[in-house]
Amino acid sequence: MRGAWIALSARYGTALLLVVLAAVGPFLLSQFNLLQLSSFAAMGLATLGLALAWGYVGILSFGHAAFFGLGAYAYAIAAINFGDSTLAILLAVLLPAAFALLLGHFLFFGRVGDVYLAVITLCVTLILFSFMNSTADPWYRIGAATLGGFNGIDAVPPLNWPGKPDASLLPADMFRLCFVALAVTYYLIGRLLRSDAGRILIAIRENELRSELVGYDVRLYKLFAFVVSAAVAGLGGCLFTANNGYVGPTVFDINQASEFLLWVIAGGLGTLAGPMIASFAFQYLQTFLGTNQVLNTPLVFGAIIIFFVLLVPRGILPSLRDAANVLVSMVRVVRARFRAEQLTERRT
Amino acid sequence: MSAAPILETCGLTCRFGGVTAVDNVDLIIAEGELRCLIGPNGAGKSTLFKCMTRQLRATSGDILLRGQSVVGSHPHQIARMGVAIKNQIASVYSGLSVRENIWVAGRRLHRGEHLERSVTAILNEIGFAEPSRFNLKVDALSHAHRQWVELGMLLATNPIVALLDEPAAGMTRDEMLKTIKLIRRLNESATIIVVEHDLEFISLLAKRVTVLHRGAILLEDSMANVARNPLVREIYLGKQWQAKQ
Amino acid sequence: MDHLIDVLIAVVTGVAILTLISLGLAVIFGMMRVINFAHGEFIMLGGYTTVMATRQGVNVWIAMLVLSPLVVGLIGAVAERLIVRRFYGQIVTTMLATWGLSLFLIGLVTAIFGNTTRGVAAPLGSVAIGAYSVSAYQLVLIAITIVVTALCFLVLARTRWGLIARGTMRNPEMASTLGIDPVRVYAVTFVIGAALTGLAGGLLAPISGVIPHMGAAYVARAFVTVISGGSALIAGTVSAAGLFGVVESAFSLIATPVIGQAALLIAAIVLLRVMPQGISGRWQGVRS
Repeated sequence: MRGAWIALSARYGTALLLVVLAAVGPFLLSQFNLLQLSSFAAMGLATLGLALAWGYVGILSFGHAAFFGLGAYAYAIAAINFGDSTLAILLAVLLPAAFALLLGHFLFFGRVGDVYLAVITLCVTLILFSFMNSTADPWYRIGAATLGGFNGIDAVPPLNWPGKPDASLLPADMFRLCFVALAVTYYLIGRLLRSDAGRILIAIRENELRSELVGYDVRLYKLFAFVVSAAVAGLGGCLFTANNGYVGPTVFDINQASEFLLWVIAGGLGTLAGPMIASFAFQYLQTFLGTNQVLNTPLVFGAIIIFFVLLVPRGILPSLRDAANVLVSMVRVVRARFRAEQLTERRT
Repeated sequence: MSAAPILETCGLTCRFGGVTAVDNVDLIIAEGELRCLIGPNGAGKSTLFKCMTRQLRATSGDILLRGQSVVGSHPHQIARMGVAIKNQIASVYSGLSVRENIWVAGRRLHRGEHLERSVTAILNEIGFAEPSRFNLKVDALSHAHRQWVELGMLLATNPIVALLDEPAAGMTRDEMLKTIKLIRRLNESATIIVVEHDLEFISLLAKRVTVLHRGAILLEDSMANVARNPLVREIYLGKQWQAKQ
Repeated sequence: MDHLIDVLIAVVTGVAILTLISLGLAVIFGMMRVINFAHGEFIMLGGYTTVMATRQGVNVWIAMLVLSPLVVGLIGAVAERLIVRRFYGQIVTTMLATWGLSLFLIGLVTAIFGNTTRGVAAPLGSVAIGAYSVSAYQLVLIAITIVVTALCFLVLARTRWGLIARGTMRNPEMASTLGIDPVRVYAVTFVIGAALTGLAGGLLAPISGVIPHMGAAYVARAFVTVISGGSALIAGTVSAAGLFGVVESAFSLIATPVIGQAALLIAAIVLLRVMPQGISGRWQGVRS
């Protein structure tokens, strides 16, 4: 019974917590905090995609930043051109998904090994970065939106209420939307993992050969997970850009690519909540460190990664779970001993 | 027992790294047979199995399943056509529970209620009927139990041909007898090829034995005749069998 | 004609640079299957060693050819001992650990030296080829690359040490039964790989200057070159560097350096898709 309670609270608890935060936040937090947390939430949402593809299905891709960035740019360009954000959001999700379909087909149906997949996805991300970084000339434009090169695209319109292009979302509304989106995505991915398809995906990660020998077309399943993760990343990118009103080539750079990986491994491969929490923690840590020269971001982050890999290789959440298990069993032993002593006392 | 070959290899050759592991093998298995494949270590038995399930690409030759050429198929395609394999090193989902292992295997054929019933039936057969047993993670099981889980997975996919690579390796005599029961159960609906070294196992199970040596078929005959053949004795049985006489 | 020579030298220089930055990685990844994401930072550290040493008055050649390899070799030894050694065989964990190391090294250098580009003048001045003047240093760089590559090949293929290293990589258990300690072989190999990378960084310092983040530009290119090279370490890497170097230089000259880099990466993607075992994988016949 207790096990069922724990499982249920894990399933709905986190999502509910996020919804509660969404409802209550605007009354408690300053405008600045609302904007900042919305940004964090968008990143956290994108991270869930990699938590699915890598943490659960075992696809180590450095390309998650590519999908995030494509969603970010797609939203910016579409919103500027259409003047209405609704269709822009759709494009921000579909473009990375379509790209993932192409790239994934190339990777999985070409039977490229794990290491090569990592290298190729890294290359793709860097190519996008190089390209976007070099589009400073005003000649590079899509419709009304100039790509802006290393300056990026400024004055990206915020989200507006569907059907009312002039009614932009206020920071409070944006905050609520981001956190509800995060909650819904978290819940839906969890649902997917518990479904038949999700269980097969997890089995594929466990033993790809055996899954093939049982008759599953592993390539298709991996492609599916890859595309879903890309769509999720795109949505995160879209919300991120809409919230900040700006997008630049740094969404594609090697730092962004490594950040997603860091958050997933720190949070724990094989969990959803872990990477999400880790993304918030690290983003907050980054703002805290700011532009400190000596205790700079790469130094601290590098030290933290090394620390994690050496001492906590399975990530925060699984290690916390293990620690909790150890504590629980210790408590049980103490209780049993106590009862045994009480019994012997009564007899004498 | 029908005499039509269900599985046939024609001049199957598998060469890699300068070694010819499978050398021009013409194997014909009739439907419903329980064939045994023996041979000393390095004879190419496991490689032959891997070629037949397309885990390895054959260098030349053909593989026919019910007359249809499958030598160019993907591993999952040939699995879907009904060829199942239990690898020499148990290939199961170590981190998942016994029940989940069977479930994943069975899900390829059934779903929902039908799947749940099928899984429960198989768990009973392999001796994991209780939740305390089937909720165990496979990597916590003994070697013999792991083999049975893998056999259970094979049962779940309802194959027409099952290739078993050393299903009784490392088992006690009692465990070996139970494995024979499971294999006979599998043989009710599937043609089976077994690779084994244990003589008692082979003599209890197989009618026909194929001897492999250095990647090529040496001879095919009943167990008794194979045992008597001096050539086979020379490469393999020799001292062991004579000692038993 | 002079223009052609000028272009040719530019292309060969590109190939040479690519070879230099990939050699150390060919040793570390090609032999040990260790994915060292701090590779770019080893290059960076080699560069900084040369720049800082010359500022203190050390002769630039000694700084580049002796100090840089020594310093980075030492850092590599420490990194191997403390971090990399624990994760041999665990590819993903090694990737992440070395990624953390890479960030840490960037942070460390930024903290100590700041975030601005430092440089050192290219020695030797220029050489006239018809109407064009070419940096003499480029020619020397090409020559040094050829020498170093040849040395690596000879050591691996012809010396006893090379044989021990190759044997241990293939079959560590066998090596240990023959009295060879695999751990020591790995450690020495890693240090040599790091030293080669430091050498590359030192040699590149006069060409591109140094800044903490410079490693990122090199790491992807080095990796794709080594992986595309396949299992024949030196020959494969050189072949891949030749191919990609030409592609990159060609596109850089036609368009922009950015396009050149993109073209290299695209060429790598195509090559890996078509030849998953790398260029030299084909030479031994197709494995199943």
